[in-house]
Amino acid sequence: MDKTRGKPPAFSLQPSAFSLILCCGLVIILARSEEGQPQKKESQPEKKESQPEKKESQPEKKEGQAGKKDGEPEAQSPAQSEAVPGDVIAVAPPPFSAGIFPCSGCHEDLELSPIPHKMTKRHKEIVLNHGPTDRWCLDCHTLNNIDKLHLASGKLIDFTESYKLCGQCHGPTLRDWKAGEHGKRSGSWSGKKEYLLCASCHNPHSPKFQPLKPLPPPVRPKDLR
Amino acid sequence: MEKKPLKQDIEEPGRRAWLKGLSLAAAGLLLPGCEGKFNETDLQAFFQKNFREIPKEELRKVLERLGEEYSAQYGQPVSVKATPPKEGVSFAYCLDLSRCIGCRRCVYACVKENNQSRTPQVHWITVLEMDKEKGVDIEESNIYYDPETVPRPGKFYMPVACHHCNKAPCVKVCPVKATWQEQDGIVVIDYDWCIGCRCCMSACPYGARRFNWGKPHVPAEEFNPETDYLGNRPRPKGVVEKCCFCVQRVRQGKYPMCVEVCPVGARKFGNLLDPKSEVRYILENKRVFIFKEELKTLPRFYYYFGI
Amino acid sequence: MQFAAGSLRIVAHGSGVYYAWLAFLVVLILQGAAAYSDQFKAGLILTNMRDSVSWAFYIGNFTFLVGVAAAAVMLVIPAYVYNWKPMKEVVIFGELLAVCSIVMCLLFIFVDMGHPERGWHLIPILGVMNFPSSLMAWDALVLNIYLLLNLTVVTYLIYCAFVRREYNHQIVWPLVIFSIPMAISIHTVTAFLYNGMAARPYWNSAILAPRFLASAFCSGPAILLILFQIVRKMTRFEIKDEALHKIAELMAYAMGFNLFLTGAEIFKEYYSNTQHLVYIQYLFSGLHGQRSPIAVFGWGALLLGIVSFLLFLLPATRKNPLTMNAGCVMIYASVYIEKGIALIIPGYTPDTLGQVYEYVPSVTEVRISMAIFGVGFLLFTLMVRVAIAALFGKQEGAGEELPDSAAASESAG
Repeated sequence: MDKTRGKPPAFSLQPSAFSLILCCGLVIILARSEEGQPQKKESQPEKKESQPEKKESQPEKKEGQAGKKDGEPEAQSPAQSEAVPGDVIAVAPPPFSAGIFPCSGCHEDLELSPIPHKMTKRHKEIVLNHGPTDRWCLDCHTLNNIDKLHLASGKLIDFTESYKLCGQCHGPTLRDWKAGEHGKRSGSWSGKKEYLLCASCHNPHSPKFQPLKPLPPPVRPKDLR
Repeated sequence: MEKKPLKQDIEEPGRRAWLKGLSLAAAGLLLPGCEGKFNETDLQAFFQKNFREIPKEELRKVLERLGEEYSAQYGQPVSVKATPPKEGVSFAYCLDLSRCIGCRRCVYACVKENNQSRTPQVHWITVLEMDKEKGVDIEESNIYYDPETVPRPGKFYMPVACHHCNKAPCVKVCPVKATWQEQDGIVVIDYDWCIGCRCCMSACPYGARRFNWGKPHVPAEEFNPETDYLGNRPRPKGVVEKCCFCVQRVRQGKYPMCVEVCPVGARKFGNLLDPKSEVRYILENKRVFIFKEELKTLPRFYYYFGI
Repeated sequence: MQFAAGSLRIVAHGSGVYYAWLAFLVVLILQGAAAYSDQFKAGLILTNMRDSVSWAFYIGNFTFLVGVAAAAVMLVIPAYVYNWKPMKEVVIFGELLAVCSIVMCLLFIFVDMGHPERGWHLIPILGVMNFPSSLMAWDALVLNIYLLLNLTVVTYLIYCAFVRREYNHQIVWPLVIFSIPMAISIHTVTAFLYNGMAARPYWNSAILAPRFLASAFCSGPAILLILFQIVRKMTRFEIKDEALHKIAELMAYAMGFNLFLTGAEIFKEYYSNTQHLVYIQYLFSGLHGQRSPIAVFGWGALLLGIVSFLLFLLPATRKNPLTMNAGCVMIYASVYIEKGIALIIPGYTPDTLGQVYEYVPSVTEVRISMAIFGVGFLLFTLMVRVAIAALFGKQEGAGEELPDSAAASESAG
């Protein structure tokens, strides 16, 4: 008499079939749930690739979006600093030159070309030295809604939210800025952080910091009196 | 023959007489060195105890006396506080080496805020200029750079001041416990207890401590009248001083002056126990290094590269 | 009171040379006291010490003198432990030297402090003593105990000599035995003071304490050898040649060991060739392609040490008075440099942030240091005179003491 006869074999048919069906079912369920994620990951590179296209087509898009309301909450970006509920950060006021804002004061009645060109009358003193050489004003400013800036998606934002615009390209910097690491800290180390706008320190048209004259070196020990 | 008198005490009185004479002579020569009149406040000052041993009521009187003294000296009302550390606070400082341009505005802001002597000059912060190629090589560093503009191409800048170490060698070696680490992490000095032996200066690996070799001089118009006993009150000559993390500011919730004034935002300060503080963010996310880490002083000062 | 007068009479009488010597010392002391008064008023800015080099000439002298004080034990060990007759008589001078050295040490610390009047802050109970964490607190403690100990032993022995009775072994023996570890401890604690500073790699070497002891053991007896020859010549005080030669022999071994340890340091720094080489490089050659101003001292100390070692090692030169005395002076000079300039300055050059400040002592520092040495020599002269009078009187017997002792004291001066 075979000892094993009384015991069912380790991999009997019945349990095996059941487990096979179970596994298949699990696989199907998992596959279905993962379908959502690849879409999300793929959408980001699409976004980047489509940006240059979007820039060229912006004038058309903007006209379409003229009536769009801003202030609608965007999707939460990952690794958000806890200090920011939602997406609005209280900042110091934008560093406008005296009398320049609101821009619509002059622009209300102006008919201006949306085709990239050099400034020869007003604003000719602005040196644009920010990124690619084919960048120009309307990449950030909105011609038919001059008091607002626009994001790559066409969404209009206030000058007080200009960090969102900068953050489109300078993502890691935006993240650091929200955490309080990037930029000057002022005020209180405990409690609410006081934020400055990017433009408060970095001239958005020519952002590179100019070298400073250093303050005097220390007195040498042998000259100490 | 005349019997020789017993000389058992000749040795002692002889020596005693000489020592007495010498000490009197010394005192006689020293007295002209004593400044001002020798009165009751001087006696009070002389017998003042170590800060941590002064009872609360007496401390109030001490702060008042000092306030009066400094007000008279600088011709303006000077307040001397002794703000205690807050609970649940543990300070840390982070400095972004990829951003510092060596402009030295922090050095002079610190001088002004903390009433450092102008002549002889005292700077709590030293900025080292080094080659990017060679990295942190302090033997090749230059602290006397004075170009037209900074940053100079190919150079990076590393400011150094007190690291407020958790295992501070200066605290370990002070023979009279004139320097210690407070609960919130700041390493402080009791300027009225310090005997000026400079043991701490030899022990500090960061060259953070300064000695008042001569009488400190601060012009009255540049004097900061908001002072703290353990921080920026005027120091006497012959005592050691150093960065105090602007204790007079940070215990009121403000940033140290160097953080406020840095034009490129290279300096960060905050409470390590606050998970939302930027110093926590830096320690958790950035490439941080500790200067002379092998000495295990466990400093509260962290250098990092933000870009 | 008559004893005070009596002792004053002894020290007030002497030959022309004696008076000239005293006068010279007093002038030295007075000019130094004036310099110190200036320093006390203006602050230590009158020295050339700065934040980069925060300890220098004063502390260098202090370190050397601690070694000299510790060296008294060199004579104590054979005398009392091995009950070696020839040494016993001369031990008392070693202890007098120790007392004077410690007094000078304390004076050097006094003038180096920013607030010497706050010295009471170090006293436990009255002030706050950071014991056992701070080596400086340890140093203050052991130095004062050592001073008290030697002062007690010496005073007691001379007192007994004056009253012409045998000293009580029960009192002296334990104190003397205790002074042996005390002597080692004062120098070890001083060495640890430097050794424990991780911020100063030049000092942060494990063999610093053994080096201190070895150099102390050869430098202290150097002074005594010379002194004994003077005393022997001037008085009828008998000090056997045997004793002198034995001391010289022990010094040879001490210097040999000292040189070995120095050699070990040099090997470690130059062979391992880490960044810490910069300090010894500053001592022997220079940094950044510039010749170091103290290189002459670094090499000088080494060469003087080697030459004196050889002089003391070879019996012929050891026994020849000329070479022996030359060797004493050389050893003294070598260890003085080694413990002073060659120990302190390279520890700070370059400093903790890599900066080089080239220190030389200022006039004020030199003046005050000379005054302190003057105080030490003065105390030593006076005490030796009284000691000789007492001991010599004891040896000669009761009746003939007064005229002979007076005469002896005069000639000893």
